[in-house]
Amino acid sequence: MKTFAQGINVEHKKQSTEHRNIEEASIPARVVIPLLQHTGAICEPLVKVGDEVVEGQKIGDCSKLISAPVHASISGKVTKIAKFPYPCGADEMAVVIEGNGNTEHRTQSAELRDIVTAVREAGIVGLGGAAFPTHVKLSPPKDKKIDTLVVNGCECEPYITADHRIMLERADAVIQGARLAAKAVNAARIIIGVEDNKRDAVKALRAVIRQQHIQEAPDGVEVISLETKYPQGGEKMLIKTLLDREVPSGELPFDIGVMVINVGTAVAIAEAVECGQPLIKRVMTVTGSGVKEPKNLLVRIGTTFQDIIDQCGGLTEDAAKVIMGGPMMGLALATLDLPVVKATSCLLVLNRKETQVFQEKACIRCGRCIGVCPAGLMPNFLADYAKLQDWDSAGANHVADCIECGCCAYICPSRIFLTQYFKAAKLALHLRRSSCR
Amino acid sequence: MPLEISSGPHFRVKEDSRSIMLWVAIALLPAIAASVYFFGRNALVLIVFTTLVCVAAEALFLRLAGQPVNDIFNGSAVVTGILLAMILPPGLPLWLAAIGAFIAIVVVKGLFGGLGFNIFNPALAARAMLLASWPLAMTTWVRPFDAVTSATPLYLVNKMHQAAPAYLDMFLGNRVGCLGETSALALLLGAAVLYYKKIIDWPTPVAYIGTVALLSLVLGHDPLFAVLSGGLLLGAFFMATDYVTVPITGQGKFIFGLGCGLITVLIRYFGGFPEGVNYSILFMNMLTPVIDKYSRPRVFGSRKT
Repeated sequence: MKTFAQGINVEHKKQSTEHRNIEEASIPARVVIPLLQHTGAICEPLVKVGDEVVEGQKIGDCSKLISAPVHASISGKVTKIAKFPYPCGADEMAVVIEGNGNTEHRTQSAELRDIVTAVREAGIVGLGGAAFPTHVKLSPPKDKKIDTLVVNGCECEPYITADHRIMLERADAVIQGARLAAKAVNAARIIIGVEDNKRDAVKALRAVIRQQHIQEAPDGVEVISLETKYPQGGEKMLIKTLLDREVPSGELPFDIGVMVINVGTAVAIAEAVECGQPLIKRVMTVTGSGVKEPKNLLVRIGTTFQDIIDQCGGLTEDAAKVIMGGPMMGLALATLDLPVVKATSCLLVLNRKETQVFQEKACIRCGRCIGVCPAGLMPNFLADYAKLQDWDSAGANHVADCIECGCCAYICPSRIFLTQYFKAAKLALHLRRSSCR
Repeated sequence: MPLEISSGPHFRVKEDSRSIMLWVAIALLPAIAASVYFFGRNALVLIVFTTLVCVAAEALFLRLAGQPVNDIFNGSAVVTGILLAMILPPGLPLWLAAIGAFIAIVVVKGLFGGLGFNIFNPALAARAMLLASWPLAMTTWVRPFDAVTSATPLYLVNKMHQAAPAYLDMFLGNRVGCLGETSALALLLGAAVLYYKKIIDWPTPVAYIGTVALLSLVLGHDPLFAVLSGGLLLGAFFMATDYVTVPITGQGKFIFGLGCGLITVLIRYFGGFPEGVNYSILFMNMLTPVIDKYSRPRVFGSRKT
């Protein structure tokens, strides 16, 4: 079975939600919709306090290329436009809507059926977690010829089952969205990569391909089963595994003729192009030993995590850590008073026992971090540079190629916070570059 | 309720530095048992004594240096103590063993920054200093079981051109030598444990032992005798695989093993000493940083390192 070099085998821990159907969450009374939910420029609000808005109405947009509009996820009245805590970092401007119970729904007009425009107007971003605006991906520079569209159905992070359920329950939409994306960039070939711990998803996708008599490989749609290994769902690892092509250091997948989208993004593309449906809901997994009733939920963007936890039976007595995303790359949250954003794939709650607190010890040079690093880096040396704030050496030793997967820190017997150091080093180098400009 | 926050990843593998040290100590148990079987109660006394002095020296040093004294529980002092005893001649006076333990822990490790920062393998460097300072005591060997003074097989064969002991005796450990080096069987059992627990990797031992065997053959010596004699197996599986003092990548470890093999052969057949494992590893320890520099993995997406 296909796989990539390095990486780690971790417990999947997906049992508690992998067999649960996606449930539609109840409509919240109030939503907080951040104007920045993507990689790129923040949106300007298109509404003001006191305005009545309708579900699906665009409430924020930006004229910059790398950005994506945001939409009202419920109908109601705008009660506040102010800075709000944002799960992915510092406070950001957000629009607060108090619901009025109106179930009216606005879709986009039929004139927008050009794929890229429809995707942009629907505010679609990468739903795997990176939240890069999808319409930008769908319009690569003229000189970049894309031959293959890769659909990422790996979901290699432990616990998360949202993509798994999407592939099972929305297999037709996944295929449809992938074909639309491929059409937009003129890619002849579509490959869907799925980890081997989701065989039912592979079957479901293949059944759709057979039913619809879609042409199979090499020019068509193909589903490939991959060895279950973390981080198989990393874009670069996935391309390497499926196509044996390496994204050159510092470049992007389109430089080697590939585009990668997540299965959830594919569904969003299909809904936007076929039905004019803007991205106001997403599927997320609520799981972990600290949640009473783990579920896969279809939630409205802007619902607070507290609302979601309440719908899952609440937290257990010994809940100690709440993570947005998976246990490897997810962000620990200090409060539940935060909104679901487009990048929220999972809410993971760990109990006291599972919340490991470590004391960092001296590196014993065992080399395990080098053995697992999928980027081919030497995390032990990079950590030394980062601790000394020697950003030049960190940069010269390719810290920018770190994908922050967390394998090195996971395996480190001295419990060194390797990934954290690299995030700091990358940020320092980024800030320095932008201040030089 | 306050929520715990930290940077990811939010869970870690179970194995830690301490469990690694524990497994190295466990892997040394067969060799300890063999040494007690062949050299009697004195062997056990020497091993326990050396280990205790190492742990005490570590505790004292950590205290004086203002480092957390809890660190003695990481197990590295225990492993150093056992390894040092393994490479001492049976019947060595205890006060000499104590000096060796002190040198290993305080001079070779502590003064260089403690665990993870020492350049030389502490046990081997301590032995080299004992050998230079008390050469007579460090080369007074006794026979198994009857403790009659004798010379090592390497000395008898390579320097005096006498016949080698039977292979089976050498394999089981019924020969003259340092405490823990004589039984190939016990060392291979220990090595199997280390491989099974994925604590050591193949490149160093394979390159080291292979180089010694091959060069011995080329130079007209008995390769099997070369492998079973002296401290080669102990050195290749337990000393040249010490994380801290050897190169960090597989490629680097292979180069390290080749170098150790070459130097061991040069000392054994052309040098003044009958055995060269100790000095070969110490010499290669010095080259570790430069080997590390030129044996980096290929960065994903780069044309070449």
